[in-house]
Amino acid sequence: MRSSRITFYALLLALILAGLWTNSASTQGPTPTDDEVNRIAKQLYCPVCESTPLDVCPTEACRHWRDLIRTMLAESKSETEIKQYFVEQYGARVLAEPPNRLISYLVPTVAILLGAFMLLRGFQKWIKPSMMESNLENSKREAKPFQDVYIAKLEEELKKRK
Amino acid sequence: MTESTISAPRRGVPIWAQIIIWVFLVGLLAIVAVGLSRAQQGTVQPGQVIDNFTLPIYSGYEWDGKSEINIEELRGKVVVINFWASWCKPCEQEATELQTAWKEYEPSGKVVFLGVDYVDTEPEARVYLKKFRVSYPNGPDLATRISQYFRIKGVPETYFVDKNGVLQNVQIGPFTSIDQIRAQIDPLLK
Repeated sequence: MRSSRITFYALLLALILAGLWTNSASTQGPTPTDDEVNRIAKQLYCPVCESTPLDVCPTEACRHWRDLIRTMLAESKSETEIKQYFVEQYGARVLAEPPNRLISYLVPTVAILLGAFMLLRGFQKWIKPSMMESNLENSKREAKPFQDVYIAKLEEELKKRK
Repeated sequence: MTESTISAPRRGVPIWAQIIIWVFLVGLLAIVAVGLSRAQQGTVQPGQVIDNFTLPIYSGYEWDGKSEINIEELRGKVVVINFWASWCKPCEQEATELQTAWKEYEPSGKVVFLGVDYVDTEPEARVYLKKFRVSYPNGPDLATRISQYFRIKGVPETYFVDKNGVLQNVQIGPFTSIDQIRAQIDPLLK
């Protein structure tokens, strides 16, 4: 009777311990591989080492960042969550690509279009200056009789006033 | 007859479009100019009043029970702002000196040290703080806002702000002795 009770408690304890172990193992998750870490790391840039993606940066600071990514992946954090964390901690400049804001794409597009338009206008004027000059000469010549009439009238008015 | 011979003036870019283009170009140039001038500027210069900023504090390193510190709340005290990082080897050279100086000035209540952890990860930062037994308030430079305001060029850098919130001295690089720290703080306490 006594031994069966001890067996029962031992089994109960074993079950509880097994349950705890399974739970902790499931929240921790398997250790992420280097490829998994680098897949996220190459989308990030450490502000200390400009122009070097995090996945290939050899500095101590970047190694810490990669370790943090590994820890977060082991905690089952998604790629978006990890990138969001890095943006909150270190600013949006750590992202290899700008956040999907309209202004990030709109401003360069508008600037390029405006630049292209102005270049086009400039080239048009530059390539055909002679044609434009001859057009101007023609228009001046054609406008002359019209101007002469007015000048004559003006002179006549002035004479009358004198 | 004569009027019909005049050719209509050639229509160019409408005036509103020209205005938009020029405003846009001038704006773009202004942004580039501001960026370039900021890049050429050094750190914040002595004599400048330091604007308010908030430093979140790592748990266990709170000051006066506060988990975040606004610099404006510290008016009336001398504030020593030290930028550091756990990956920064020169920072290790001055860590002990800074902690010793903090222990010296802390009882007076007239000086506050703030450690601003630059581009660092919290686990590594905690290891560093524990290793050098740092006890003054320390916290992360979230989104590098504070370091961008001070325009730091690297770590370690230390800024000495007087009781009126005016920056008085800047130390670029590590302190080599505690006397060097005292020499910066003591004149600000008079």
